Amino acid sequence: MRDGPGAPMLDHDGQPVLVRLRGLTKHFDVSPPLLSRVLEGKQRRVLKAVDGVDLDIPRGRTTALVGESGCGKSTVARMLVTLYQPTAGDLVFEGTDLGRLTDRRALAPFRRRMQMIFQDPFASLNPRWRVGRIIAEPIRAHGLMDDTGAIAGRVADLLEHVGLRATDAGRYPHEFSGGQRQRISIARALASSPHFLVCDEPTSALDVSVQAQILNLLRDLQRELGLTYLVITHDLAVVRFIADTIGVMYLGRLCEVAPAESLFARPRHPYTRLLIETVPDLKAPDRDRKPMAGEVPSPLDPPTGCAFHTRCPLAAERCARDRPALRRDADGAVACHAVEEGRLPEWGR
Amino acid sequence: MTDPLLSVRDLRVEFPTRRGVLTAVDGVSFDIHPGEILGVVGESGAGKSQTGAAVIGLLEPPGRIAAGDIHLEGERIDRLSQEQLRKVRGRKIGAVFQDPLTSLNPLYTIGRQLTETIRTHLDMSEAEARDRAVQLLGEVGIPSPADRLDAYPHQFSGGMRQRVVIALALCANPRLIIADEPTTALDVSIQAQITALLKRLCREHGTAVMLITHDMGVIAETADRVAVLYGGRLAEVGPVDDVVNRPLHPYTEGLMACIPTTHERPPRLAQIEGSMPSLTAMPAGCAFHPRCPHAFDRCEAERPPLFEHPPSAAACWLWAPEGARVTERAAS
Repeated sequence: MRDGPGAPMLDHDGQPVLVRLRGLTKHFDVSPPLLSRVLEGKQRRVLKAVDGVDLDIPRGRTTALVGESGCGKSTVARMLVTLYQPTAGDLVFEGTDLGRLTDRRALAPFRRRMQMIFQDPFASLNPRWRVGRIIAEPIRAHGLMDDTGAIAGRVADLLEHVGLRATDAGRYPHEFSGGQRQRISIARALASSPHFLVCDEPTSALDVSVQAQILNLLRDLQRELGLTYLVITHDLAVVRFIADTIGVMYLGRLCEVAPAESLFARPRHPYTRLLIETVPDLKAPDRDRKPMAGEVPSPLDPPTGCAFHTRCPLAAERCARDRPALRRDADGAVACHAVEEGRLPEWGR
Repeated sequence: MTDPLLSVRDLRVEFPTRRGVLTAVDGVSFDIHPGEILGVVGESGAGKSQTGAAVIGLLEPPGRIAAGDIHLEGERIDRLSQEQLRKVRGRKIGAVFQDPLTSLNPLYTIGRQLTETIRTHLDMSEAEARDRAVQLLGEVGIPSPADRLDAYPHQFSGGMRQRVVIALALCANPRLIIADEPTTALDVSIQAQITALLKRLCREHGTAVMLITHDMGVIAETADRVAVLYGGRLAEVGPVDDVVNRPLHPYTEGLMACIPTTHERPPRLAQIEGSMPSLTAMPAGCAFHPRCPHAFDRCEAERPPLFEHPPSAAACWLWAPEGARVTERAAS
C-alpha cells in the first residue's frame, strides 16, 4: 500500500498512524578541525546519535521513548519536530515525508501541527515577555489570527485550559513556580492547535507533587483534544503512567517496542529487563537490588554487533558480530539474538 | 540504645537579605546513629541541602546558623573556628555532592588529590598514602586502581567520577558521610551502582550516612530512617517502612501517593494541590495548612510541635494528644 496524503497509514494492529519512522538516522560530524586532520593525521569522527530507528506513532495515543543519556532519544524528538534534519531514513508525518523537505516555507504548515514541550520551564520561557505574549507567539508566527482582541481571548482560554487564570497573561514568567511555568509551556504548545506534542522530559525538572499535577494535565488534555504524544524520558515510573506504547533505546537504536502493559509484565530485551530491575521502587522496595554492571559505552565508538552485548548476561559470540534486526511478533518488536534463538530465560519479578 | 553519632537540635539557618531575613531551616531536630543511613527528603526549597550544609559547616555566606546546636560524638561542632572545622570536615565527616566535577580539581591527577587529602588527615608517608589511595579506589569499584592514579578527572565517566569523590570522602575513615543528591546527575543503571556502593561501605565500615535526596525510591531501598522536610521544617521522622507505608503527616501521605510506580498504572495520580510556599511567604501556623486536605482552625494559627507516635513522630495537630487521628487510632 502506498502512503500518500489520501491513504491513512495503519500500524500492525490496524490503528491509524500519525508519524511513521523508517530507518531514521542522524549522524553528527564531530571530526577534529581540518588543520588537525591534515597536520596531525587525525581521523574524521562521526557520532551516530540515531542509527536506523523504525517506529509507528499511533494517532491519539502516547508513545514513549526511554533510555539512558546518549541513547539518542532526544535527537529523535528533535528530528520529529524538524529542528534537526535526518541524515537518512523516512519521517512521514500525516502522509508527508518531512525529511525530504528542506524549505522553511514548505515545512511551516507541518510545524503548526506539531509542538514541543521542553524539560526546563525556567529556560524555555522568555523572561522579558509577559505570559500573554509568550502564549500568543505561535498564533502570530503562524498567522492564525490577526485581531488583537481575538488573540487575547484565545490566550485567556488556553490559560484556563491548563489550570491558570486568564489574568495571569499580564504577569512575567519569574512570578510563577516551576509547575506553573510548565503549564505556561503547555498552553503555548497548544496555541497553534497542534495534533502532535513532543514532550522531552516534561517533568524531570519538577518536584514529585508538581509532577503528578502535570502528568494528570497531559492525560486530561489528550482525552479532551485527541492529541498524539511522544514522550521522551529516562523515568520508567513516569512512562508506566503516561505511555500506551514504549520504545526502549540503547546507543542510537531501538532494542524493544511493546505496549506499555506487556513491556512491564513481560520485558524481553535483556536491556529492558535490566532497566526495570534497576529502578528503585517506592511501593515494592528491594533493598538487595543488584545493580547492572558496567556503563553505557561511548556512542562515538559503539560496540560491534548488538550494541548491548558488552553488558548483556546472555551475550553469545554471534551478538558481538551481527547486529540483530528489530523483529516484530504478536507481543511487539525486539532486537535480540537470544530472543530469536529462544535462549531468553523466563521473566520473574 | 547507643548514643547518637550526630545530634541536631532546633537547628535554624538564616539568610539575611536586603528584603529581610529568610529562614531556610526552621527548628529541625534529628539524630543519626553509628552505621545508620538517614534519608532526608523533601521537595526543592524544603531546606534539606541547607541542613546538610549546616552540619558540615559549608553554608554559603551570608547563610548562618542562627539557633540550635549540632553535636558529633558528643562534641559541639556548630561553633568551631574555620581551622577546627576543617579538621572535623574530612577527618570525621566526609561529603559527596550531586556533581562530582565540583568536588574534584580538574588540574590535579586523582592520585594527587587523594594522597593530599589522606596526608592532611592521617600521619602517613607519601608511599603509604599512595597505597591507601589505591586501596580506596579499589574499594569504591574503580577497575585497575593502581593504573588510574595518574589520570585526571576528565578521563573518567560520570559514574566513575562519583566513585572517586566517594573515595575522597572516605580518605580519613570518617564516621559520617553527608551525601547530597549523590545519584541525581547519573543514569539509572549507574545510580543503582552508587547506592549499592554507599550501602556496602556503610555495612562494612559502620559509617553513618545522611542521604539527602528528592528520590523516594532511592530512600525506600537505601535508608534505615527518613526525615521528611517541608518549608524548612521537619514534618515527620521515622523508620523508612513506616514513613512510606504508614505515614502520619498529611504531607507525607500526599507525597507517597503522588509518586508513580512501575508496578501499576492508576487512571490518575493523586496530587497535592498548589506548590510549596516560598521562604518569603511562609504561611502562619503549620506551613502545609494551605495545601492540607485536613486543615482546621488551629493549623492556621499555631505551629505544631513534633508529636511522638513511636516508632515515628510528626509535626501535625492531627497527632496532638487529643488530635483527630489519635482518637481514630485508639478507636480502631
